[in-house]
Amino acid sequence: MDIKLQKLSFAYAPGTPFEKRALFDVDLAIASGSYQAIIGHTGSGKSTILQHLNALLKPTEGSIQIGDKVITAGKKEKDLRPIRQKVGIVFQFPEHQLFEETVLKDIIFGPMNFGVPEEEAMENARDLVKLVGLPEAVLEKSPFDLSGGQMRRVAIAGVLAMEPDVIVLDEPTAGLDPRGRKEIMDLFYQLHQKRNLTTILVTHSMEDAARYADQIAIMHEGRCVLTGTPREIFSDIETLSNYRLEVPQIIHFQKQLEQKAGFSFPKLCLTEEEFASMISEWLQERRNQS
Amino acid sequence: MRAILTLNNVTFTYAPEDSSIKNAIEDVSFSVQEGEWIAIVGHNGSGKSTIARLINGLIFPQNGTVEVIGEPLNEDNLWNSRSQIGMVFQNPDNQFVGATVQDDVAFALENNGVPHDEMVKRVREALKQVNMDSFLNHEPSHLSGGQKQRVAIAGALALQPRMLILDEATSMLDPQGRQEVLSIVRELREKTGLTVLSITHDLEEAMMADRLLFMNGGKKFAEGTPSEIFAMGDQLVKLGLDLPFALKLGKLLQINGVNLSGEPMTEEELVNDLWISNFKN
Ligand SMILES: Nc1ncnc2c1ncn2[C@@H]1O[C@H](COP(=O)(O)OP(=O)(O)OP(=O)(O)O)[C@@H](O)[C@H]1O
Ligand SMILES: Nc1ncnc2c1ncn2[C@@H]1O[C@H](COP(=O)(O)OP(=O)(O)OP(=O)(O)O)[C@@H](O)[C@H]1O
Ligand SMILES: [Mg+2]
Ligand SMILES: [Mg+2]
Repeated sequence: MDIKLQKLSFAYAPGTPFEKRALFDVDLAIASGSYQAIIGHTGSGKSTILQHLNALLKPTEGSIQIGDKVITAGKKEKDLRPIRQKVGIVFQFPEHQLFEETVLKDIIFGPMNFGVPEEEAMENARDLVKLVGLPEAVLEKSPFDLSGGQMRRVAIAGVLAMEPDVIVLDEPTAGLDPRGRKEIMDLFYQLHQKRNLTTILVTHSMEDAARYADQIAIMHEGRCVLTGTPREIFSDIETLSNYRLEVPQIIHFQKQLEQKAGFSFPKLCLTEEEFASMISEWLQERRNQS
Repeated sequence: MRAILTLNNVTFTYAPEDSSIKNAIEDVSFSVQEGEWIAIVGHNGSGKSTIARLINGLIFPQNGTVEVIGEPLNEDNLWNSRSQIGMVFQNPDNQFVGATVQDDVAFALENNGVPHDEMVKRVREALKQVNMDSFLNHEPSHLSGGQKQRVAIAGALALQPRMLILDEATSMLDPQGRQEVLSIVRELREKTGLTVLSITHDLEEAMMADRLLFMNGGKKFAEGTPSEIFAMGDQLVKLGLDLPFALKLGKLLQINGVNLSGEPMTEEELVNDLWISNFKN
């Protein structure tokens, strides 16, 4: 599903003394099947954008188009069910999306609500908890009697259970252990490719943005100030630092080495793997020349 | 040096009536010296936050003792102990009590009988340290994720504690915010001899500690300096961890046939090693 934000502005509690404008004239187009990362400083408006993607929040000005549905400021929208079914959001705080007595009930709630038979939903749930790295016994526990990282995994399983076309991830790895972080990000990427999903990732990990995204958008004080491919975005260290952002550690590393060596390598590497094979090829070539 | 915190053979279960449920903490012992920085690492559900709750007296062990500042923790000395320990919980929402950001940060100070003028000063200072001084009258629940974490950290700092416990306290901060918080903590430690216990999945943060406690399935699996722990290599991954950046990249370079002379732990060491072994002259 194509997603398009046009001149979208949003204020919390508009018209009250507590009014807080959080988004200003945001234009952003996300092509169906692409992997879009959104990065930005604390409070820059990332989570506020995400909540527009399934109409939890509605624009104060401007519009958002999700597939063939257009939500325009000031207009009443009747049937939001299809959007809620097709767009799955993993929230920044997993506690905000868990509510049932048991993990099993929590995971099957969404699918059953949209007509999946109980048996089938339960079977799916059993597969899903394993997929997100939890033991099956967790199904009978209360989601609130879990550790922070376990809750996060349950919330992710609950969203995957809906088999959404668009998957929206707000800091999905916060609280996951280092192995889980890699496994879960790889899982999202596999699903993205296999099911041709549209994936939207909000992250403070420049490494994840560089590794997985096709396109990156930078938010700064409620505005979308820059979009581009990871290579474009991370080539411009100065602009990034104006927005109080940094490059992935591997790029920082490459720059340190270049400074020491007194020359630049032919390309900027976005991942550790890319860097290691570039260095190895570069050294090989030098050996061949001498 | 003396121990500010000691756990002696502590066992805890959330379900004392149900023996089919595994203990969350099983026979764990360790101590933390005054002024030390210790980090607890381990897979999801390995018992880290449970240890934090035991130290804070939110729960009490079924077996063993928790000693804070030389005294076994009990219901009588709990409040005194809490007044000296600043604690930042994993989910800041569980921590907020005040209707505004400044009330929230002031709450623990008020409880500790800090005089009003002093309190106002400390609240302002702590919020300034985490760059939240322009949010004094905002409602904590109406903040972004990272802003909530900053306010929770300010609450612990304002207490001017002897010991600071951070449970995944920087997990939603942007990279700069995280660096800022860690340098505040480092400075305080130099200036005031603050003891730090940080529970973290961020391996770079764990590297900053003097000592690591490595939890696995409710038990203490290992204890040692960061170099000792990270020397465990692939075993770390099996137990839910990973190698820090420099060690991982070093391995990857070697797999790709690039020479290195040692096993560099930090980015700087790796740059040097890579340069000397391959690029110098
Ligand atoms: N419910 C709310 N009511 C009023 N203001 C809010 C509310 N939620 C967020 N804000 C404000 O809107 C702005 C944008 O918040 P948002 O949550 O979108 O930021 P974010 O980019 O997701 O930040 P973070 O990286 O810290 O999660 C912030 O200044 C925040 O204080
Ligand atoms: N309130 C609770 N009631 C029952 N069991 C709980 C509760 N909180 C945690 N547990 C269980 O106790 C064990 C230890 O949990 P704990 O929260 O200490 O883990 P953790 O190491 O902090 O994990 P994480 O990295 O995910 O935060 C886990 O198996 C968890 O499911
Ligand atoms: Mg957010
Ligand atoms: Mg925890």
